[in-house]
Amino acid sequence: MTRVALRGMLGRKMRVVLTAIAVVIGVAMVSGTYILTDTIKSAFATVFTQAYKNADAVITGKNAIGTNNNGQSSGTPSLPASLLAGVQRLPGVAQAGGGIADSAQLVGHDGKVISRGGAPGLAFSYTPANQRFNPLSLASGSWPTAPGEVAIDAATASKNGFRAGQEIGVLARGAVQRFRIAGTVKFAGVSSLGGATMAVFSLPTAQQLFHKQGELDSIDLAARPGTTPQQLVSEIRPLLPADAQVRTGQGQAAQATRDTSGFLSTFQSFLLAFGGIALFVGSFVIANTLSITIAQRTRELATLRTLGASQRQVLASVMIEALVIGLLASVTGLFVGLGLAKGLNALLISFGIDLPQTSTVFATRTIIISLVVGVVVTLLAAIRPAIRSTRVPPIAAVREGAVLPPSRFARFGLYAALVTIAVAVALLLVGLLVSSLSSTQRLLAIGIGAAVLFIGVAMLAPKLVPALVRVLGWPATKLGGGAGTLARGNATRNPARTASTASALMIGLALVTFVGVLAAGLRSRFEGSVNQLFVANYAVTATNNFSPISVASANALHGVPGVEAISGVRAGDGRAFGSRITVTAVDPNVGKVIRVKWTAGGPQTAAQLGTNGAFVSDKYAQAQRLHPGSPLAVETPSGATLPLILKGIYKPPTGGSPFGDVTISTSRFDSAYQNPENLYTFVTVRGGVNRANTHTLNAALSGFPNAKLQTKSQFKHNQLQGLTLLLNLLYVLLSLSIVVSLFGIVNTLVLTVFERTRELGMLRAVGMTRRQVRRMIRHESVITALLGAALGIPLGVALALMVGVALNYPAFTIPWGTLVVFVIAAIVAGLVAAIFPARRAGRLNVLEALQYE
Amino acid sequence: MALDQLDVVEARDLERRYGEGSTAVDALRGVSLDVPSGQLVAVMGPSGSGKSTLMHTLAGLDKPTSGTVTIAGTEITGLDDGKLTLLRRKHIGFVFQFFNLLPMLTAEENVLLPLTIAGERPDRAWLDELLAKTGLSQRRHHRPSELSGGEQQRVAISRALVTRPTILFADEPTGNLDSKTGGEILELMRDSVESYGQTIVMVTHEARAAAIADRILFLADGLIVKELTEASAADVLEVMNNLQA
Repeated sequence: MTRVALRGMLGRKMRVVLTAIAVVIGVAMVSGTYILTDTIKSAFATVFTQAYKNADAVITGKNAIGTNNNGQSSGTPSLPASLLAGVQRLPGVAQAGGGIADSAQLVGHDGKVISRGGAPGLAFSYTPANQRFNPLSLASGSWPTAPGEVAIDAATASKNGFRAGQEIGVLARGAVQRFRIAGTVKFAGVSSLGGATMAVFSLPTAQQLFHKQGELDSIDLAARPGTTPQQLVSEIRPLLPADAQVRTGQGQAAQATRDTSGFLSTFQSFLLAFGGIALFVGSFVIANTLSITIAQRTRELATLRTLGASQRQVLASVMIEALVIGLLASVTGLFVGLGLAKGLNALLISFGIDLPQTSTVFATRTIIISLVVGVVVTLLAAIRPAIRSTRVPPIAAVREGAVLPPSRFARFGLYAALVTIAVAVALLLVGLLVSSLSSTQRLLAIGIGAAVLFIGVAMLAPKLVPALVRVLGWPATKLGGGAGTLARGNATRNPARTASTASALMIGLALVTFVGVLAAGLRSRFEGSVNQLFVANYAVTATNNFSPISVASANALHGVPGVEAISGVRAGDGRAFGSRITVTAVDPNVGKVIRVKWTAGGPQTAAQLGTNGAFVSDKYAQAQRLHPGSPLAVETPSGATLPLILKGIYKPPTGGSPFGDVTISTSRFDSAYQNPENLYTFVTVRGGVNRANTHTLNAALSGFPNAKLQTKSQFKHNQLQGLTLLLNLLYVLLSLSIVVSLFGIVNTLVLTVFERTRELGMLRAVGMTRRQVRRMIRHESVITALLGAALGIPLGVALALMVGVALNYPAFTIPWGTLVVFVIAAIVAGLVAAIFPARRAGRLNVLEALQYE
Repeated sequence: MALDQLDVVEARDLERRYGEGSTAVDALRGVSLDVPSGQLVAVMGPSGSGKSTLMHTLAGLDKPTSGTVTIAGTEITGLDDGKLTLLRRKHIGFVFQFFNLLPMLTAEENVLLPLTIAGERPDRAWLDELLAKTGLSQRRHHRPSELSGGEQQRVAISRALVTRPTILFADEPTGNLDSKTGGEILELMRDSVESYGQTIVMVTHEARAAAIADRILFLADGLIVKELTEASAADVLEVMNNLQA
């Protein structure tokens, strides 16, 4: 029986391949994600291992707040340089070397900051005596030793046309400074540091540049023979101040790797979700394709039954076919994933996420998961068609036009569909509204709820097909003449098949619509908030719109003729009431540039913050039960605790707050935070926004290529750029599942053409031209695609509405233009899917087709 | 010579060879024939005699290896697919053994299908007359699955006649029907010749079917071996028995 099944597949090679493609894409996404994230993880691990390879112990400042989800820590305190002399005297220490690690951006020949995708501009110090601890190697020129010298990484140098001996601008704490490039350096073991740049200075230069005179950021230590790293650590520990810590070199590398892995695993789950969606859509395609093939093989299966095959054997033969398809697709998908990983990386880079790379990591786990997932999804999708295949009675072997008997549950179809939809909605509501569950549980409930909803709507779809197709096929009858009329008729011939084919497309379209509608809501809410808040003339932010930038850029605007108010918003990490918070700080004149509604205190509050005043949002006050006069303590990264008194409560607009959880005065902030930076600087100028003012302000900012002057409308647009990028990234990733459903349409059409061979022969005989045949198939395809859109787009809007209600989302905006684009995209998808089947149908030989059984 | 005496189909020296080399089969080995307008010609012969190949070649569905076919004054052997399709639309009607109706269309829509495809407006009076003649007036809004075999074949005949084709080709039109129903279908075809002067070429292996023809051609091994005019079923059977002997 197995041999019969396999022989049968050989006879239907093309169908097997078309079916398999539906799984290949999903599996490739899964394997590609693992390969990409493993490669990035390995690159980070290499970087950190290299960085500490010769250090038996490493002393660093201790960030009291810890690292955030992105593995970044800001405000980590430096070490006193005197500590170096102290540890050098320890008996177990063979050598100790201190260094600076900070961030600095390089300025290209065009005067703009060299930056890709928010990747850091790393800055290090170089001390000749500490060469053994140096993870960098010289690629050209020499190490920087003199005050005006810098070494930059070789990749940045070659990409931006710099070489040793030239000058380059460096942005550290203040305005841009010129340095002579002494040489270029490489980080051992990694092929790319992603978008990151490196600048290396001599130690005294670095200390001066980063305002760290008499300070160090880290001390690397080598143990004397006979002293283990552990012993060394214990020896050092008593000497450390409270805000410093020591780890073994290996421990430090492991910790640094762990700090990045949180971000990377979120990133991995994010990408895997799209693989999951593609596989889910693929399972629809497989189930549908197998159903059609089984319906077409009714007579063959019946013949096997007359020859003595049991129902179990028929079932097994279908499942074996699925197993082979699943294996074939998984293995192919696994290797396509290798290519896809590169494609994904290119995609992410184009969306501004440029992460370090090393040689491709192809882990055993990737292979196992990809194969298992692909095979299991295929087998699951095959269960229903396989069970139906056992219902073919042996008598069908001798009957002309025998059809597969309807499923036993067919008459309960409507109820089953409605119950499924009800269950799905219940799951969605649980996920959206039950706040006592953890966010993972809620996300899971929403994810499963959405999947069940798609299944329920797909079950309901056959009932909707006749009515929907009558409407959706109307343009076809007008545009396609007789061919269009026949296409509309064909689309309703087997409503279950059309529904199932369209459902696969429905999922992808529902998801893009969901994302599009939510983004439109976010966008309009955010714009509304800015309109309400922004009473300044200009804003200054980093060129990438989100990094905090040096306060010096704001100071550069002081004294510019016509400037009436300059008000900065600082931002930093902190901890209050046991959880990590964002601390912001404002100047006393903030009321002149930002207008918020106060529920306690008022516009004068900002001016009266002094050294211990703070204000919070109404939500934060409510959550922490704070009232004007309440004390609150905020811990800073350096470990200090700021005792504060609540002086005001404001109500931010729904589209986002300009401030963090707790806001203090800039003067207090600047004394508590080591390296204060502005998230935004707002400016009001006499005469408001005009060309002359723009020119004057830009001239004042010329020393800060990383600062960007913008008007209110530019600010709105720029701040939304992140959202736009994310939205586009989501569209691209979701389009993978739309491609899968496209293959579903191709499959159905090819099988349908095959099934209707004789009919096509008759149509040709009674005067249908090849062109008309192709047109007929094309219209059927477009009708199916439009059906997917008719089901998917409203479903996506409904899902977005549900999520919106759950999130208290007042500005629910339907982006009509975007939805029209999706409908057009569906039509194009239909046209593309029809190319191959239509060509096949058009090529049929009339005579052979007529004699076809 | 009156117009209706024109030959609507002319075939000259038709040869059709399938395959090549030692496995080649000669289905037609030099057949010439003329079908004058308004004549019902039956083509008979044992299986493998080439009768189906002859019909397919005359209808332009198959191309002869050599020889020519002219339909309504147009030589079709050199036409490309597009021109051939348009010629079929205008001049040729088909009736198949297995009816070949579209399941999602009603009887009336099936009948009108050739006009739908051609994008032509139907002549309602002609449609009504056809449906009345074929006894389908009460069944016009039913789908094929709701019709009997005989009714389905009557729909197929109406479909072939609706364009008033120059010539109608029928391939074993009674082959899939019981004898009573088959008889009705034959009567209907004869009637279309009497009433409308329809020219018909019918391939059949039933003597009874051949008996309605004005002229009967007997094929064996790719050649016309005998020709009868207005013969009875008994005459036809006798010839067939001789051929097979």
